[in-house]
Amino acid sequence: MAILEVEHIMKTFDRTEVLKDISFSMEEGQVLSIIGSSGSGKTTLLRCLNFLEQPTSGKIRVNGETLFDSDSPETRNESEIRKKRLHFGLVFQNFNLFPQYTALGNVMLAKELQAKERPDYKNNKKAIHLEIEKEARMLLTKMGLQDRMENYPHQLSGGQCQRVAIARALALNPDILCFDEPTSALDPELTGEVLKVIRELAEENRTMIIVTHEMSFAKNVASQVMFMDDGHILEYGTPEDVFDHPTQERTRQFLARYNEE
Amino acid sequence: MELIMQQMPIVIGALNVGFLQTLKLFAVTLLGALPLGLIISFGSMSEFKPLSILTKLFVWIIRGTPLMIQLLIFYFFPGLVLKNNIWGSGENGRFMAASIAFIINYACYFSEIYRGGIQGVPRGQQEAGLVLGMTKTQIFFHVTLLQMIKRILPPISNEIITLVKDTSLARIIALQEIIWAGQAFLKGSQGISGAIWPLFFTAVYYLIFSGILTVLLGKIEEKLNYFR
Repeated sequence: MAILEVEHIMKTFDRTEVLKDISFSMEEGQVLSIIGSSGSGKTTLLRCLNFLEQPTSGKIRVNGETLFDSDSPETRNESEIRKKRLHFGLVFQNFNLFPQYTALGNVMLAKELQAKERPDYKNNKKAIHLEIEKEARMLLTKMGLQDRMENYPHQLSGGQCQRVAIARALALNPDILCFDEPTSALDPELTGEVLKVIRELAEENRTMIIVTHEMSFAKNVASQVMFMDDGHILEYGTPEDVFDHPTQERTRQFLARYNEE
Repeated sequence: MELIMQQMPIVIGALNVGFLQTLKLFAVTLLGALPLGLIISFGSMSEFKPLSILTKLFVWIIRGTPLMIQLLIFYFFPGLVLKNNIWGSGENGRFMAASIAFIINYACYFSEIYRGGIQGVPRGQQEAGLVLGMTKTQIFFHVTLLQMIKRILPPISNEIITLVKDTSLARIIALQEIIWAGQAFLKGSQGISGAIWPLFFTAVYYLIFSGILTVLLGKIEEKLNYFR
């Protein structure tokens, strides 16, 4: 069964149609790279999946469960949305780490707030806290940040910040991890360390959607590639399909521009 | 000089009593205006248009008119116009009237500072919290609030120092604060009259108090320097 099914998503801001009838599906363990020029709707699509924007119409299903259906208003209820968005994780272009928490604190915060809602929290405070901390330390170590756990975001480089942000998203163990241009705000020499950890996650068969301008990365790491243009999906297929045998003239133009660089 | 030394204990005693009233007005104003300002700032940021327009109109009127007029109106309006002097005639009534005028006035100034502080926290902070499944309340208390406090501390400190000296405006409704106490020796009180130096002496109280506050607020600012 498909882990993610997106059907006929449309999104309109005022009178501008940003997404025009987007439909696609993903299998568990796939890595989908979304490429396309600025303004093509890539980021808006990611934000719709994470419920930061509400699609004007369409359906979103994860593991067969309908998370959003523009025809049934109950899927728009705020506390429902809160639970459902946990199927997705999102790593932002600008990291958006919480500046007043250490790297470790950033990774633990959401988990700790969740734990407070557990019925057994009062009796097991210590144990629960230790468990969350252990997990957070493990994730940060995996990101190569074992020496940086107690540092605040302003003491970290951009690449380190982005890896903390990835650990923070992983802490909630989302079904699908989304990246919104994760390396666009980084110095060129720092992009490598971030791409490396994403590649490692791909090797562990994490289901991921990556909006990126790094064409060679998209080609290497992805199992599926989507090319978006003006709110439409123009290409959807394996990297070989999209990069080597594009069906649309527009795709060829776009890729040619990147190959020139 | 000798005369002044003789009068000193009497004057200091009276000024201390006046300064206590100044301190009380200062403390009550802060205690009331700091939270009330937050409520007003939520009102002016409300997505419900009539509420935000009404709040902004109110803030405009309060910030756009002198605090002294507000004090006079708050104190005299009930008795003279409504024919019901809710404040009574004693010092307690004057203190009540002054407190309410000060709280409302300062809350309006604070509300604008809060608004700037809240809107100054990048939108991405809220979004990061949402994506991590936090509720809006959790985001406010665990993510936004401290960043906001850090942002607003310098302008709030400024207002707090201004408030120390603004309390003297309550003299206009004869609240017996420190200026009133100093001025009494001009007209004559406790056997001392025609003395202007006690009035100058009140300045020392203001200077010491605002000095202590400056150091204290600076310390808090320093404490919040651990993040950016």
